[in-house]
Amino acid sequence: MTSTNPSSDGRPGTIQALPVRRPGRMVGVVVVLLISVGIAYELVTNPAFDWPFTFEAMSQNTVIQGFIFGTLAATVGAMILGVGLGVGMAVMRMSTNPVLRVVAGGYIWFFRAIPRYVLLVILGGAGAFFANGKLWGFDINALSGTVWMAILGLGLSEAAYMAEIARSGIISVDKGQREAAQALGMNPGQTMRRIVLPQAMRVIVPPTGNETIAMFKDTSLLTALPLAMEMYFQLHQIGASTYKLIPSLMGATLYYLITATILGIGQSYLEKHFGRGYAPIPQKRKTKAVANTQGETPLMFPGSDH
Amino acid sequence: MPSNTIDRTGAPLVKAVNVHKSFGHVEVLKGVDLEVFPGEVVVLLGPSGSGKTTFLRLINQMETLTGGRIWVGGELIGYEERPDGRLQTRKDADIARQRSRIGMVFQRFNLFPHKTALENITEGQIVVSKKPKAAAIERAEDLLRQVGLSDRGSNYPGQLSGGQQQRVAIARALAMDPELMLFDEPTSALDPELVGEVLKVMATLASEGVTMIVVTHEMGFAREVADRVVFMDGGVVVEAGTPDEVLGNPQHERTKAFLTRVSHH
Repeated sequence: MTSTNPSSDGRPGTIQALPVRRPGRMVGVVVVLLISVGIAYELVTNPAFDWPFTFEAMSQNTVIQGFIFGTLAATVGAMILGVGLGVGMAVMRMSTNPVLRVVAGGYIWFFRAIPRYVLLVILGGAGAFFANGKLWGFDINALSGTVWMAILGLGLSEAAYMAEIARSGIISVDKGQREAAQALGMNPGQTMRRIVLPQAMRVIVPPTGNETIAMFKDTSLLTALPLAMEMYFQLHQIGASTYKLIPSLMGATLYYLITATILGIGQSYLEKHFGRGYAPIPQKRKTKAVANTQGETPLMFPGSDH
Repeated sequence: MPSNTIDRTGAPLVKAVNVHKSFGHVEVLKGVDLEVFPGEVVVLLGPSGSGKTTFLRLINQMETLTGGRIWVGGELIGYEERPDGRLQTRKDADIARQRSRIGMVFQRFNLFPHKTALENITEGQIVVSKKPKAAAIERAEDLLRQVGLSDRGSNYPGQLSGGQQQRVAIARALAMDPELMLFDEPTSALDPELVGEVLKVMATLASEGVTMIVVTHEMGFAREVADRVVFMDGGVVVEAGTPDEVLGNPQHERTKAFLTRVSHH
């Protein structure tokens, strides 16, 4: 430990200082801990929670089927529709054609303004608007109450948000990237797909992950449609018929917690994938109009006139 | 470099006639005429704002002309002449084809940061020229060797120095086998000690007969490598000739003033 003390020649050595005291923070820690323990105690000991019933409800076939073919399928489907349509809307919004720009702007305006719950209620009853419940040959009555209508409703709404996310991602890519791609002879489509979008993904992925998790939770709104084959709907049903609503909904909560955790892990993996190549870039600085060529490289071009 | 090897009797590779360019109400180019012959190295000099970079970008259609005509390899850039004499704007695919024949090197490199050095060089070959991947990789490795970076193929641009990035960018442009190379201030964003390695690669290209138009402030490069130096100011060509004529014995006051300014650094 000679280095912690002034060394033999009297000059200061390595620093080993005591940390600053924070008594206020210690009080905060104690309060937070007490509240946490109190909540945990309540969850475990309060018989109203009835955990055995919760797990029994969670493992019902209708609930598991509802989770897979309703909750998960609607989340995946709506996100696919939302991302695809959203990127399309973002590209349209940035088009040089004013008609495409206005249509995309109107779409985003409408679907961002209307609450998902209201949209789903309207879609659930949409068949009544059209003769025989048919629009352009599609049988809307047959569609309502299925996961397809759920995907349509949530996806249409999601596309409006994804359009803005995709647009911000595309804008974030340096203009020089597009120019470099065009200079190689890439057409606009190739430039967008191969060069701009992959880089935009770095900006697009994090908020899209949040959107996916939010969408997963919003599947509970599908009771507005209504979609019966869905996890929350089924657990609510069990709770209502057994008069054990809270234990049933704690089951739904556990489903949401576990799945959101898994989605979060997937998101961090994706962020890593699309962040490749982004090590800190060496600092560049502008040189004077006439730079000297000195250093290791041979002095082929003496810089300036003398 | 011997300018007498350039054959100026044949057709020029680049022919610009009365080129005008305005951004809004600001007229940046006010009637530029220039011919560049195959194998020639032309250096565009001039103070900032003189329009030299804009002129370079017009050749590769990074900007659109507002007046005049530019031909590359005998083909009108950006437009087609219809039988009735009117101009028809070219389709995106046609513009892309015209650009693929011209290599461009940017001041800020503009390498694709999500691709390795090697992938940067194979990208155009695979996507635009539709070359098989193996052939594209072989060509890319060849080019990396030529620019002295054969051990850097698997690095991402962010892991390379500015000089290395610019050399990869040159290799990326060369991979398309362009008829013409455009350099837009290729060393202006580099640390002084990295300028030499990039200029060296460019000088080698020049000696191999690559047709080049270079916007630069590197007087040494202009004097040693250029066949012709074109001095621009205020959106027009003020003076053009061999490096000896323009740099050694400038005829116009504006050229003299510019050369005095840059030589005092």
